Amino acid sequence: MTRKQRRLYFVGLGLLALFAATALMLNAFKDNLVFFYSPTDLQTKKVEAGRRFRIGGLVEQGSVNKDGKQVRFKVTDMAHAVPVVFTGILPDLFREGQGVVAEGKLDDKGTFLASDVLAKHDENYMPPEVADALKKSGQWQGDKDGKNGKGDGKEPGK
Amino acid sequence: MHRFANPARFLRIANVILPWSAGLTVVLLVVGLAWSLFVSPPDYQQGESVRIMYVHVPSAWMGLFAYAVMAVASAVALIWKHPLADLSAKASAPVGAAFTFICLVTGSLWGKPMWGTYWVWDARLTSMLILLFLYLGYMALVNAFDDPGRGAKAAAILALVGVVNLPIIKFSVDWWNTLHQPASVIKMGGPAISAGMLIPLLIMGLAFKAFYVTILLVRVRTEIASAKVRAIRLTQVHG
Amino acid sequence: MDTLLDQLAMGGYAGFVWPSYGVTAVALLALAVGSVRAMRAREAELRDLQASFGDRRTAALKADAAHDP
Repeated sequence: MTRKQRRLYFVGLGLLALFAATALMLNAFKDNLVFFYSPTDLQTKKVEAGRRFRIGGLVEQGSVNKDGKQVRFKVTDMAHAVPVVFTGILPDLFREGQGVVAEGKLDDKGTFLASDVLAKHDENYMPPEVADALKKSGQWQGDKDGKNGKGDGKEPGK
Repeated sequence: MHRFANPARFLRIANVILPWSAGLTVVLLVVGLAWSLFVSPPDYQQGESVRIMYVHVPSAWMGLFAYAVMAVASAVALIWKHPLADLSAKASAPVGAAFTFICLVTGSLWGKPMWGTYWVWDARLTSMLILLFLYLGYMALVNAFDDPGRGAKAAAILALVGVVNLPIIKFSVDWWNTLHQPASVIKMGGPAISAGMLIPLLIMGLAFKAFYVTILLVRVRTEIASAKVRAIRLTQVHG
Repeated sequence: MDTLLDQLAMGGYAGFVWPSYGVTAVALLALAVGSVRAMRAREAELRDLQASFGDRRTAALKADAAHDP
């Protein structure tokens, strides 16, 4: 074996070991790498009241209820839903049917008291006209009723 | 491979490519910027803020690409000891660091109005920040030794160790729940982005790539000149 | 003119869109200018050295470079 070959195998094996070690480590820390829990996770994991964590999902259609600065809505993953209470300013992308991540804790009645609400958006980008056309032709794959403030030609955040 | 590792031959080729890549960068940047700022449509959800995408996404691509170049050059330098490989790795680092920095800052400026926060510690954002630190660590290490050969070797090992971060960045949005959305352009079943936005995005991507090639050639030329200066000074001292 | 002004306002996101492009421009320009300046300085230094030290040693070095493995 020449020195070059030896160095080649050394670098190759080193990288292989490194990738294997990292994969094992990431697997071990899987739960800590999760940025948020879904409402279904909450059912199966039984988080105790008072512990701070994040919950993520879609804002359930028709569940948003504003009362002054206080907002009540439900976060759903289509299987389970969790009621959320939040007081403060919502991000521009917060809408019914859109993704959301809330940070806070559960009270003893199972309501999530959020101290922060972040909007999560999906990977689809298109002009408003295209979104409208998709809805009209029935090819829309996002929110089914399309009532999320689009289609009136106004841009969000205005 | 040895034929291209010859600095004199490299300089000849580089000097032919340089004016073309520099010109291409300017043309693509003018077209890409005009298209992304004024021609492309607003997004149905994000409105005009989607224009940040045209600098954010290509700089993320180039941040990863420049690291891949740096890592491959480092491996070649370690295994085959090509004189140009070390120089190329060293030249790629600052360019990649600049793109990664741009990606993080523009992402932050995009996150505030859309997500409601400048920064979160989710897997995508954190792994991208680690990429910036890898670049900075590499640049510090490569210059930390009096003997440039030793610095290059230590830095090359760091570059190879950091390679493990690249798939983590790319797949973080699929493997874990993140605030960052999944991939839009490079995904199964084709891009989830309309053509009116995809075209300017790809033009900006090409512009950044042409910029990268140009700056890389300039920096490798600088490194070759430095190496020659060093060699002459050594013969002066010892001669 | 109004449509141009409208476009510059970025639908209310001017404070985020323009700084993004600004940061990009500043960072890339700084990198480009710095890289080209460093190259000119180094190559000028090399030329000076080769001119003032143009004996057979430099010639030998050049020959070395041409045959570098």
